[in-house]
This record gives sequence, C-alpha cells and structure tokens, in this order.
Amino acid sequence: MCLGIPGELVGPAEEHADLAVVDISGVRRRINVALLAGEDLKPGDWVLVHVGFALSKISESEAKAVLDMLLGTGQAYDDEIDALKGSDIT
Amino acid sequence: MRFVDEYRDAAAARALAARIASRCEPGREYKFMEVCGGHTHTIYKHGLEDHLPPAVTLVHGPGCPVCVIPMGRVDDAIHIARRPDVIMTSFGDMMRVPGGEGSFLDAKAEGADIRMVYSPLDALKIARENPDRNVVFMGIGFETTTPSTAMTVLRAAEEGVGNFSVFCNHVLIIPAIKAILDSPDLRLDGFVGPGHVSAVIGCEPYRFIAEEHGKPLVVAGFEPLDILQSVDMLLAQVGEGRSVVENQYARVVPWEGNRIALEAIGKVMRVRPHFEWRGLGFISHSALEMSDEYAAFDAERIFDVPGARIADPKSCQCGEVLKGVLKPWECKVFGTACTPETPIGTCMVSSEGACAAYYNFGRFSRERVREATRA
Ligand code: SF4
Repeated sequence: MCLGIPGELVGPAEEHADLAVVDISGVRRRINVALLAGEDLKPGDWVLVHVGFALSKISESEAKAVLDMLLGTGQAYDDEIDALKGSDIT
Repeated sequence: MRFVDEYRDAAAARALAARIASRCEPGREYKFMEVCGGHTHTIYKHGLEDHLPPAVTLVHGPGCPVCVIPMGRVDDAIHIARRPDVIMTSFGDMMRVPGGEGSFLDAKAEGADIRMVYSPLDALKIARENPDRNVVFMGIGFETTTPSTAMTVLRAAEEGVGNFSVFCNHVLIIPAIKAILDSPDLRLDGFVGPGHVSAVIGCEPYRFIAEEHGKPLVVAGFEPLDILQSVDMLLAQVGEGRSVVENQYARVVPWEGNRIALEAIGKVMRVRPHFEWRGLGFISHSALEMSDEYAAFDAERIFDVPGARIADPKSCQCGEVLKGVLKPWECKVFGTACTPETPIGTCMVSSEGACAAYYNFGRFSRERVREATRA
C-alpha cells in the first residue's frame, strides 16, 4: 500500500477528466492523475502510482530503477500488482 | 556480501560506505532513525547495516501505517462491518491486523462483508453499484495515502454518492516524530526522512526538527544507494555541527510538496484533538477526521461506533520497536509466538513493519544473526 509503483502513461481515459490509462508492469489500468494537474502529462511520461493515484511525475530512468528495486521485494510487489489487477476505477 | 552481488552500483556503494566510515569520529556513536517503513524494508532487504561502520546504527521509526493502528480501531471497524447494511472496504495490508476480537479476515470468515480494494476509488465504485448498501472505506495511512482518500470523498460529493463514507484513521507524520523527539528513551543524532510522505507535505514541515531540536533530517529515496547517501549527508552535517533539512530525493520530492493534495486534505479533513497509536499511546493532534463540511461522509458520525480501547497484548513490544528503542529480534516473542503467519503485534503484519522486514530478510544476514544471538 505504501509502495509507489511506476506506471507509463498511455493516454487519457474517457470515463472522467481526472483519469488516465497507465501501463504498470504490463497491466493496463485507469488511475487518477488529478494530483498532477499542473504537470502537463503526456503519453510516455512516467508517474509513481499510490493506491490508484499518481503522486509524482518521474523520469524514465528513475522509473526503471524503482521497478528493479520493487521486483526484488518479491511478495510485497506481487501483492500490490495483484491488488492492482482487481482495480477498476471509473 | 549479498548487497554487492545484487546491486547494480556496487562500486558506488563501496565508495559511499568508505566515506561514511571516514566521517565517523573515533569513539563516537551515531544513531539515526529512518522514519518510514519503506526504508526499513530496503535496509533489511539489502543488509545495509552490514555496510555501515559499527559506530553507525539505524533505528526504525513509527512510519508503517498498518503497524500503528490500535486494536480498538480495528474492533470499531469490525463493529461497523458486522452491520448487514454495510460493505466494509480496505487495503489488503489491513486484513490481518489483529484487533481485540480478531482481524478483518476473521470477521469476514464469520460473515461480515469486508472487501479488499486497491484504491479508495474502487470502494467508491462499489458504493455506486450497491445503492442499497452503505459502503465504508477503512482509511489508513500517512500523508502518502491520505490525498487519495480526500480526493475520493471530493469525487463522491461531486457525484452525490450518498452511501459512501470513510472510517478515517489517517495519521500525521510530524506529530509522530515530535513524540519520538520528546520521548526520553532515545538519543538520536538525526533522521532519514520519509520519501513519499514528503512528496505530499514537502520539506518545510521538518524544519522544527533541525531548528528547535538541533537534529539534521535528510529526505531520502528508497534505493540502497539513496539510504547510504542520506546517511553520508547526515554524518556530514553532524561533523560540521550543522542541522538543516536536506532533500536527497529531489528527483521525486519537490521542496514545497503537492499543493493539490494538501488542499484536498485540508478541505475534507481536520486534525483530531488526539488519537491513539498502537504501542505509543495517545498523541495529540496526530491524526485526521472528516471535517464538518464533509460530515455526511464520516462513518464515525453515521454509525454508532463503540470507541473501543483495548490494551496491547502483554507479550507485545511493538511500542518499543516503533519508537526504535528495541530492535525486532529483542522482542521476547519475535519469531516464536509472533510470526507473519500468526502475528501478535502489528509490526509483523505489513511487509513494511520492522519485525516482518527483519523476519523475512534480516535474519539471513550473518552479521545480524550473530547480533541477534548475542542479544
Ligand atoms: S515480534 Fe511481534 S509482538 Fe514483538 S514487537 Fe514485533 S510485531 Fe510486536
């Protein structure tokens, strides 16, 4: 729950102006990007996602480093990805 | 040397470790607290303590949100969840946290409708889909998760979803650090500041730690190198007799935090006069509740909540662990009666809890095991 997971922005979501589609380790889900309203987000940008909300915009190299580290956490990361798979935010 | 095998920047780590060692004055001990459970996890996972000179100790702080939820709040939440009209929703981390009468998982097995969600927005969706039920979201976490809860409530208000509410247990990092600074048990030389919490609150709120308490704080990232670098920055400050707030994690943490998140929290929530923390007791102004404007989304005002107060089990020493006074393996039940499968205390439940992190990783480090058997 406290893990920030890097996601790559795919594009805006139709359901609500605050939502966008991200790719997180191959899982595509809608997340809320309203906390980064000032950031001028574009497809291909990376964000750190916490419980369905993008909390920080990060560089691609930072995203890769965080992912490497998360993959090493094993169960904690798997649990987070499993939880994410069950998420269907609108 | 697990860490060196695994980590891509082994040479950088070695150089940092050498610099850290060279900064230590002979005969002096240095104790730094890492406030955030995510840091605790990295430290044990990568055996970072083995890379620090014996004079430098990292002690683990209270920054694991699941760990600090008192038993009474779990019981109160289960009391609400048992109502037939209620669907309780919660992050997975919360499911196994023991209350006085069992955990969410136990209550679920006994028939309470408790559902795991990834995001409070998933809870809101369940509310939309079940208009005849009251959907309650168990809000837990420091300032990393609080904005999500606040933004979800704003969305519920915007849509006029009337059957959604929050059982708010969101806690604040600054009062927790204050409580630790005021506690006589521990002499600290500085803090490794939390990363993601700081992305929300920024770095300014820590200033009192440097200015009033004379302790340096370095906001740190979560990679092994980040933590080593932060320790190096802390030692540099101590050596030069300075105490300021520094930001090692500027690539993610803006100095001023996230204004939109802070505004949402300020709108939807207000500071509670006091809140009980597991193992730490009552700390004033240390948690949030729903504001009057958003009272309609406050589970505590909608439902009759017993306000249970339950003492921690006698054998549990989570309070000492959360304050950094005891190392996990020094707790009498660690690894015997208390394991991740059968947790007695909360620090064993979440992967960010110091006891679970140490149980899962730390004990494989030879150096630590030697220390553990000595303790
Ligand atoms: S071993 Fe268990 S009871 Fe002891 S401090 Fe850790 S979590 Fe608490």
